[in-house]
Amino acid sequence: MLPLRQVIVGALAAALWLALYLHLETITRWITQVVLRLPADQPLGEAVFFFLYETPKVLLLLVAVVFAVGVIRTFFTPERTRRVLAGRRELTGGVLAALLGIVTPFCSCSAVPLFIGFVTTGVPLGVTLSFLISSPMINEVALVLLFGLFGWKVAALYVGTGLAIAIFSGWVIGRLRLEHWIEDWVRAAQSVAGADEERPDWPARVRQGGAAVRDIVGKVWPYVLLGIAVGAGIHGYVPENFMASLMGRSAWWSVPAAVLLGVPMYANAASIIPIVQALLGKGAALGTVLAFMMSVIALSLPEAIILRKVLKPQLIAVFFGVVAVGIMLVGFLFNAVM
Amino acid sequence: MKKIQVLGVGCAKCKALAANAEAAALAAGGGAQVEKIESLQEIMRFGVMITPALVVDGKVLSAGKVLSVDEISKLMA
Repeated sequence: MLPLRQVIVGALAAALWLALYLHLETITRWITQVVLRLPADQPLGEAVFFFLYETPKVLLLLVAVVFAVGVIRTFFTPERTRRVLAGRRELTGGVLAALLGIVTPFCSCSAVPLFIGFVTTGVPLGVTLSFLISSPMINEVALVLLFGLFGWKVAALYVGTGLAIAIFSGWVIGRLRLEHWIEDWVRAAQSVAGADEERPDWPARVRQGGAAVRDIVGKVWPYVLLGIAVGAGIHGYVPENFMASLMGRSAWWSVPAAVLLGVPMYANAASIIPIVQALLGKGAALGTVLAFMMSVIALSLPEAIILRKVLKPQLIAVFFGVVAVGIMLVGFLFNAVM
Repeated sequence: MKKIQVLGVGCAKCKALAANAEAAALAAGGGAQVEKIESLQEIMRFGVMITPALVVDGKVLSAGKVLSVDEISKLMA
């Protein structure tokens, strides 16, 4: 377990975090109205309040969630995930793979060794692809931003539908029996099961959490600020709905168009949120915008090029096609029910 | 003499780990030799699924992490 001193420091940090988070609105109101003397009912006052309130709120959430995810990820290694998935039936395997995709530490540059490691040790192709889809698609930074800026319903829908797309796409590809479209050298490759690393102790897990915060929050904070600034601009100065005709609910073709537009674009989840903010604020429909975001995050040309090393072009085409259809269904569903 | 191998297909993290391994080898006073392995087939032979990985004398000691110079020195000892 953790040494006592670290437990005390952690408890104090958590208490401070909670106090700040709960009183943030009061503090911000005091700053904008008393210190800066900006009336709340004016566009400028509203925009400044929005920015000064949302920025620390989202950053606080981001630090807490990234830290927690960083610690949780020390319990999961690709090695352990592979052992769980090996020999599973398609459907249970796909569900497990999509869930494990969220918590297993993994970056896109490892997609190829991971793919080979999974497939050559008995994880079915569809289950492996479920993992490879859910891992980038469901991203903790995007989750925090969606929760902070649009509320828990949008955040929950994002996770739920992201999982559904990963499970659905993997299941479809598994059913199609496309194993012969894996590159021949991969099937011939002999991959030994790697040795498990030592189990980290609690101080090491906490250090990993801290490292994740430094690494991820340090990288994404400019995008977060930009996203909130865009949101503040929209909040204060409500613009006319000029996106509504183009990407509104009535334009059904906007969902496939958004998905197609998203494929060649490659960006991380954090940097796409400002665009999501701007589009939504100007009247674009939520389903269309979410489809665009998922397409940018989950489908990209660089990813196709990386996967080309292990998959034949036909399989890449099917893979992208199935995922794109899944994302479109989600887009239509959102536009219909929200 | 210790043999250190850094496995990775050339991503930014792999380069960072290789640089730290070089520094750790230098700190060890020339008692270690660092080799970079970038071919996928060879990486797979170590059973590594997540890069960058650090191998000391043929044994995989870490995968998926950019270890600091200190951490590598400890693993080499």
